[in-house]
Amino acid sequence: DYHERCVQCSEVNWGVTDGGRFYCRTCHNVIERTREVVNTDVISNTRVQTISKGLRKQEKTDEGWEWYVCEGFQFVLKKQAEALEALGACPQMKDEILCNFWRRYLQKSQQAYCNRPAGEAIKVLSGCDSSTDVDSEPERPSLLHLLSFSESDGDLLTDCSFGSSTGKVSESTSVCSGSVDGSLHLMKNQKDKLRMSMPMTLSFCYMALLWLREPMTLSDLLRFVVEGHIPYLNVFQCFPEKMKLYGLDLKIFCVESWPVYEEVFNKMLQLAAFLELPRFPDITDICFLHPDMLCMKYLMEANLPDELHNWTCRVVKKIHIGETDFLTFAPGNKSTRKVKYDVLAAAVIVVVLKLLFLLDDHYEWLLSDVAEERNKNNKEDGPYFEFKKWYKVIKSSLDVEQKKLDEEKAKYLWRCEKPLFYSAKKKSKVLKRRQIVVNLQNQFGKLSGSVQPAEKPNPSSFQLNWSEENTNGSCFHGHSLKGILQEKCGLLTAMNPDYWLCTVKLCTEKLCGHLAHYRELDFPQSYHFVLRLFSFLLRIQPSYIHEEVCVIEHKLFNKKLYKKPKYNPGRRK
Amino acid sequence: TSHEHKLNFRKSKEACLSYIQDAMLQKQWKRAAEFLTFYTESLEKDFSTEYMGPSEMIWRIGTEILCHYSHSSMKEFNSFIEQMKTLGVKRYLKVCLEHAFHLLCNGRTDEAYQNLSLAESWRFGEQTTAQDKELKLIQAYRGLLDYYSWSKRKNVLLEYDKDGFEDLSVEQEMHSSFRKAVVNLKEIIQIPGVWDLFVKCYVDLLEFYGDHDEARQVLSDYAYNSKFPANPNAHVYLYQFLKRHGEPKKSLISVLKILHDIVPSHELMVDFHTLLQKSKKRKKRRLGLEVIFAALDYAGWKENVKAWSCLGRQFKQIIISEKHLDWIKQEWNSRKDWWPAFHFSRYLAKKNWQENESLAYEKALVAGILLGKDCKYFKYISHQGCKDQKKRFRTLKKFVNKHGPVYLRIS
Repeated sequence: DYHERCVQCSEVNWGVTDGGRFYCRTCHNVIERTREVVNTDVISNTRVQTISKGLRKQEKTDEGWEWYVCEGFQFVLKKQAEALEALGACPQMKDEILCNFWRRYLQKSQQAYCNRPAGEAIKVLSGCDSSTDVDSEPERPSLLHLLSFSESDGDLLTDCSFGSSTGKVSESTSVCSGSVDGSLHLMKNQKDKLRMSMPMTLSFCYMALLWLREPMTLSDLLRFVVEGHIPYLNVFQCFPEKMKLYGLDLKIFCVESWPVYEEVFNKMLQLAAFLELPRFPDITDICFLHPDMLCMKYLMEANLPDELHNWTCRVVKKIHIGETDFLTFAPGNKSTRKVKYDVLAAAVIVVVLKLLFLLDDHYEWLLSDVAEERNKNNKEDGPYFEFKKWYKVIKSSLDVEQKKLDEEKAKYLWRCEKPLFYSAKKKSKVLKRRQIVVNLQNQFGKLSGSVQPAEKPNPSSFQLNWSEENTNGSCFHGHSLKGILQEKCGLLTAMNPDYWLCTVKLCTEKLCGHLAHYRELDFPQSYHFVLRLFSFLLRIQPSYIHEEVCVIEHKLFNKKLYKKPKYNPGRRK
Repeated sequence: TSHEHKLNFRKSKEACLSYIQDAMLQKQWKRAAEFLTFYTESLEKDFSTEYMGPSEMIWRIGTEILCHYSHSSMKEFNSFIEQMKTLGVKRYLKVCLEHAFHLLCNGRTDEAYQNLSLAESWRFGEQTTAQDKELKLIQAYRGLLDYYSWSKRKNVLLEYDKDGFEDLSVEQEMHSSFRKAVVNLKEIIQIPGVWDLFVKCYVDLLEFYGDHDEARQVLSDYAYNSKFPANPNAHVYLYQFLKRHGEPKKSLISVLKILHDIVPSHELMVDFHTLLQKSKKRKKRRLGLEVIFAALDYAGWKENVKAWSCLGRQFKQIIISEKHLDWIKQEWNSRKDWWPAFHFSRYLAKKNWQENESLAYEKALVAGILLGKDCKYFKYISHQGCKDQKKRFRTLKKFVNKHGPVYLRIS
């Protein structure tokens, strides 16, 4: 690593102390060079920072450590990885995959692991000390960080400096933050460097899950976040005591809204491209994320007959969306449309339902009556599937669950015990308010008998469960589709001869952001119902599923839609 | 893409609030309390510029729930309100005032007094002047409570007096309450407004200590000061005061005249009529007729026996003296189209006879004179009365028959 001669004894025999400093093993001279020890654990700055000259600023009163924004995010990711592990992800997730993605990100965004541009003085505006008057010291040379490297320091490749890059911070922005570079982090010019944010932590997680092909879709992940199994809201509570958050840090680390599927997904795509990741491990037909697998899961959850799986597989095969090349994520390849596995599977099921039942608010009910008739004479086989019965069962369950979900959303508690304030001046007011809130919660909680916050539901892959042991006939898994099929040339085909397309023409994604748009009023109620069901299960807007349905339909009926004029084969030479 | 469906803090709290409101409208207090528990953290983000922010919402909703929810105690309520007081300095005095009202409604007069005293001494820079109105109200209500303790002590002393006791300490307390009360009561009634209760109490105090001039001045001001909103009660109070002190009829009449102008259907109109009838002046008696007719125009007077009897008496007087029949004609002119159906229908005849014979008698007299002996009402009543061999009905029948042509003369 370091091969300079010791100034005292001229030997080249360097060791590293526990504090990370280089010392000469021969004469025990300690120099001020330190080695950066990268570790996903959060440890005191003394190890994590590289200092060349200047003093290490010790803890000033109770101000705590000086920490950088990316350290905060590193901590968040670590907590999230642990949670994922607890949910069943493999251990590589945390220590290898996620960790490496993160390191790569730090490198690419030049926050660490990189060679500093030569000669550039880097200054960082340190956090405001509430006891000093900022105006009198507009640009405190921060004690840590007058870093300058020359090209001759070749060995710095593996070292890193956690300073923020470029440019002088305007003296007029005397903004405060607990972190050293909070204000810099929020400045606009970070766009090309893909600024880190809380939603992006979930993008990291999803990317890692995808790499490892874990059986967790993005909608599952986001649901676990909302249910509290994965730290996100108020995760800063777990920061070490000495990592003080205030001022601009709040804008960075405090979350006031639930992550949106599209946002997390798109960020992931950007991230993968930014990190210049290679093609991800193949998604084959034995993977959980493969449409055949996911369809099976969703069919069960939607309480639909297992026999429908044959149909979903047929559709998947016909439009080639089960193929490895289609499904596997290749960040570098800009031409392919990126796959949302969960939405895709749900959309396939919707298409299959449309194929079999038409879902035009008439035919499915007629068909159901036909099935009912057949059921009356049906002695040997198991019961035939009747749409009407299924609709009744699902509708009432869905309404109950939706109502519960809506109430939960209204009862959501966003704040936590750890108080946050923009500045020390506000501290007492914030604490006072918090106390009042806690008192009121206790008072009215006791009055209504709901003092204890509801127990977190156990994390479960399935939100709706249907058991065949129920004798009240509300489980449709084992039902047969024979009631709505007919025999033709020895094969069972759908009785339904028709199909209606959701849209005749797809939009241009570049222009309006989507390939199709959804308005409830324009479509049959049965179709809307089915969308609503999957929308609930996946916790996304019906329009996303609808869009995917449109794309699938266009692939399925490609030939009919894009008819080319016939050419005369006789002309060929 | 806009993520309007995105669930964020604000939307979550809005949803929570609508659940609270629904529960309250359906009087599901427990459920409302439950959702309020989750709404309270809005206080930590009270940056809204809306008309009613979270802290005011919580104050008002919390008060409603605690008032109605039977499981809550006064102690809980008080502790809740104390917290609310710390939340919004701009609202501090208002909260104090409403807290005092609540305590009074629950019979906790002493606590209310303490609260008001405490609030009165509150000072907070600019806010003190900004909340001037509330401060005045607080002082006024404290004055009222001082009156109340004065009154209690006065009664105690009167009791003692009967038994021949004396108690200097009670007497001293009584005077002290008096002094405190008059200061505040005097203050508030100077502000244009409706201060009925305060005025009454103040006057009571003044009368007790013999300051009749001041009392009269106060009441006159209250009734006649054009800056004050028109208030019939003011005139009533003045009238009652003047009557109590044996003022000449002229003053009484002038006060009641204004009352008649504002509220022709006021219950004192009977008194007014009586006063006017006693007068020697023709104009006054003419006015009297107008007053009593006007009162009976109102549905609330339909079954007022006294009023009908007054009218009937004046009719008799006019008829027997054979003077001023034209007065009756003038009054009847605008009423002949609708009074018959309003007062003298056959249905009413039956009803009145069944329910109140005296009423029927008086009305029958009036009906007979105005409409003649053949009118439905008179016919029915006199028939019933004579059938029952009631003497006065026979007299009535004779009278109307004799003066039967009267109605001819006037219609």
